[in-house]
Amino acid sequence: MSAALWPALLNGLTMGAIYALIALGLTLIYGVLHIINFAHGSLLMLAMYGVLLLFERTGTDPYLALIVMVPAMFVLGYGLQRFIIGPARHGRDENTILATLGISIVIENLAAWYFKSDTHQIATAYGDTMVDLAGALIALPRLLALAGAMVSCALLALFIRHSDTGRAIRAVAREPEGARAVGIDVAHVFAVSFGIGLACLGAAACFLLPAFYVSPMVGHSFVLLAFTVVVLGGMGSFTGSLVGGLLIGIVESLGGLLLGESLGQIGVFIVFVGVLLFRPTGLFGHHA
Amino acid sequence: MPEHAALPPAMARHAAPVAPGSQCVELRRLNHAVARSIRTLSGLGVLFVLAPFVFHGEFQITFLTLALYVTLLGVAWNMLGGFAGQYSFGHAIFFGVGAYAAAIVQVQGGLNAWFGWVAGMCLGGLAGAAVGAVSFRYGLRGSYFALVTLAIAEVCRIIANSISITGAGVGMMIPLQPGLAHLQFAGKLGYYYWILAMVTVALALSSWVRHSRFGAALAAVRDNEESARALGIDATALKVMASALSGALMASAGVFYLQYFHYIDPTLVFGPAVSVQALLAAIVGGLGSVLGPLIGAIALAVLNEIGAHLFGGIPEFSMVLYGILLILIVRFMPHGLARGVAPLVRRLRGASGRREDTAGA
Repeated sequence: MSAALWPALLNGLTMGAIYALIALGLTLIYGVLHIINFAHGSLLMLAMYGVLLLFERTGTDPYLALIVMVPAMFVLGYGLQRFIIGPARHGRDENTILATLGISIVIENLAAWYFKSDTHQIATAYGDTMVDLAGALIALPRLLALAGAMVSCALLALFIRHSDTGRAIRAVAREPEGARAVGIDVAHVFAVSFGIGLACLGAAACFLLPAFYVSPMVGHSFVLLAFTVVVLGGMGSFTGSLVGGLLIGIVESLGGLLLGESLGQIGVFIVFVGVLLFRPTGLFGHHA
Repeated sequence: MPEHAALPPAMARHAAPVAPGSQCVELRRLNHAVARSIRTLSGLGVLFVLAPFVFHGEFQITFLTLALYVTLLGVAWNMLGGFAGQYSFGHAIFFGVGAYAAAIVQVQGGLNAWFGWVAGMCLGGLAGAAVGAVSFRYGLRGSYFALVTLAIAEVCRIIANSISITGAGVGMMIPLQPGLAHLQFAGKLGYYYWILAMVTVALALSSWVRHSRFGAALAAVRDNEESARALGIDATALKVMASALSGALMASAGVFYLQYFHYIDPTLVFGPAVSVQALLAAIVGGLGSVLGPLIGAIALAVLNEIGAHLFGGIPEFSMVLYGILLILIVRFMPHGLARGVAPLVRRLRGASGRREDTAGA
C-alpha cells in the first residue's frame, strides 16, 4: 500500500495541474462575467480534437500545436461571448447559463456524430518514455503536462496583474459600471475574458493529448472536476484554482487507489457537494 | 408580465389590510382564473382523449405518446424551475430514482408493478425533498443549484453503475407480462391513455399551484426572496415542497419510461439527456405557465420528426437541433413559445367576449 502511495500521489499531482489549468479558465470567466460556463467541458473536448486533427492531418507535434490552438480557442471564445452568449443575457444570469448549456449540447452531439464514440490517442516518439522520480515511474508527457500547466498558470497570473488588458479585466470584474464610466468597452472585455478562458483550454488540450485519449465524452470527465476545483478554491480566485486543482487531483488518485476506479470518482463529488453546501465561498473565496 | 398578473394582488392580500370590497374583487378574479384554466384543461383533455380516433396510425399514436411523456418531464421541471425559479440541470436524479425503485420492486421484490409505481413516486418525492432540503437550507441558488444537481445526478449514475441491486452497468429488464394489472399494455393505445391520465393530473396540479396561495408565495420567493422572507414567508420550506412535488412527477415519468421500454440502465435514466429534455420542454414552452410544457413538448416532438426526415435518423442531430433551439429561444424569445401564443389566444377570446357582450345588451 505505502509503496503505491507515492506514485499515486505523483499521478494525482500531474492530473491536478491539468485540472488547475482548466479550472483557471473557468474561474476567470466566473470572476469577470459571474457566470458558470457549462460548455467548458465540451469546448475542451473540441480543443483536444483540434490537436488530434492537427497531428493526424499535418503531423504537427502536440506541443507545437500550442501556437495554433491557444489563439484559435481565444478567437472562438471571443466570438461565442460577443455574438451568442452576451446577447442572450437579457439582464438575467439564468439566461447565460442556459445559453452555455445549449452550446455544449450542440458541440457534444456534433462531435458524437462526426467522430463517433471511438476513442483516439496519438502516438509520439516520447509518449512511452518513463521517468524515474524517487522510485516512482511516471510517463514523460505527464511530467511535461505538470510543468506546462504550472507555467501557463504563472503566465496568466502575470498577464492579469501587469498588462493593461489585465487591469481592464480586473476593473470590469470588480465594478462593470465604473469601468464603463472610465471608458472601458465592457462588452469587449467580457469577450476577451471569455476568450482567455478558452485559451486556457487550448493549452490544456495540447498538454493532455500526448498522455490521454480523446472521445466525444471526454469533456464530461473533466468538467465536473473543473467545477469542483473552482468551487473548492473559491469562485474567481486564481490561487484557489491552483491549490484546488492539485488537491482534487490527489483526492481522485487516492480515492481510486482506496475504493477502486469506478467508486473512486465519487470521492471527488463528495468533496464537491460538501464544499458547495458547507463552504460555498471555497478555501480562498471572499463572497458567495 | 401577464402570466403573473394574478400574483401581486394575491400577495397583497396577505401582506396588507385591504378594503373588503377590493378583496372580493380579487377573489372573484382569482376564481375566474381557476375556472378558466379548468375549462381550458378539460377542453384539451377531451381533444386528447378523442385524438386516437382521428390519428389512429401506429406512428401517430407513438408520436403523441412520446410528446405527452416529454410534457410530463417539462411539467415536473416547471414546478421547481418555473414556479420556484430554481434551475436544476440534474432532474434525471428523480427520474432515475423513480425508474429504479419501480424496477427493483418488481424484479428483486417480485411485487406488482402498481406497487412499483407508488414506491417510485414516493421515493422520487422524497429525493426531491432531500435534494431541496440540503440545497436550499444552505442557500444555494442560480448557477450553484444547477451545479449541485448536475453533480448529484452524476453521483447517482456512478452508484447505479457500481452496485449490484441496480444490476450495475448491465441495467435492469422487467418481465414482459402485458395487462393492466402489470401496468403493461399489448398495444400502444394503453400507454397513450396512461400517460394522458398522468399528464392531466400533473397539469391540474400545476394549475392549482399556479393559482393557489402556495403558488403566489412561491412566485414571491422566486421574484424577490428577501422581501418574501420579510413578509413572513418560509422560503426554504416552500422551495423544498416545490422540489418534492417536482421529484414525484419526474419519478412517475421514470416509471412510465420503465414500463414502456421494459429496460433501464444508469446512463439512460441518470444521464444528461433526460435532464435536458425536461428543462427544454419547460423553457421552450414558457417558464411558470401551466400549458407551457405541453406547448414546448409538442414543439420538441415536431422538431424531432423534422430532424429525423432531414438527417435520416442520426440520433445526435435531434439533440443538436434541441441545443440550437435552446440558444435561439433564450436569445430571441426568453419567455418561451406560450408567451408568443398567449396574446393571440387572448385576442381571439377578447373578440368572442365582445360579441357576447353585445349579444347581452
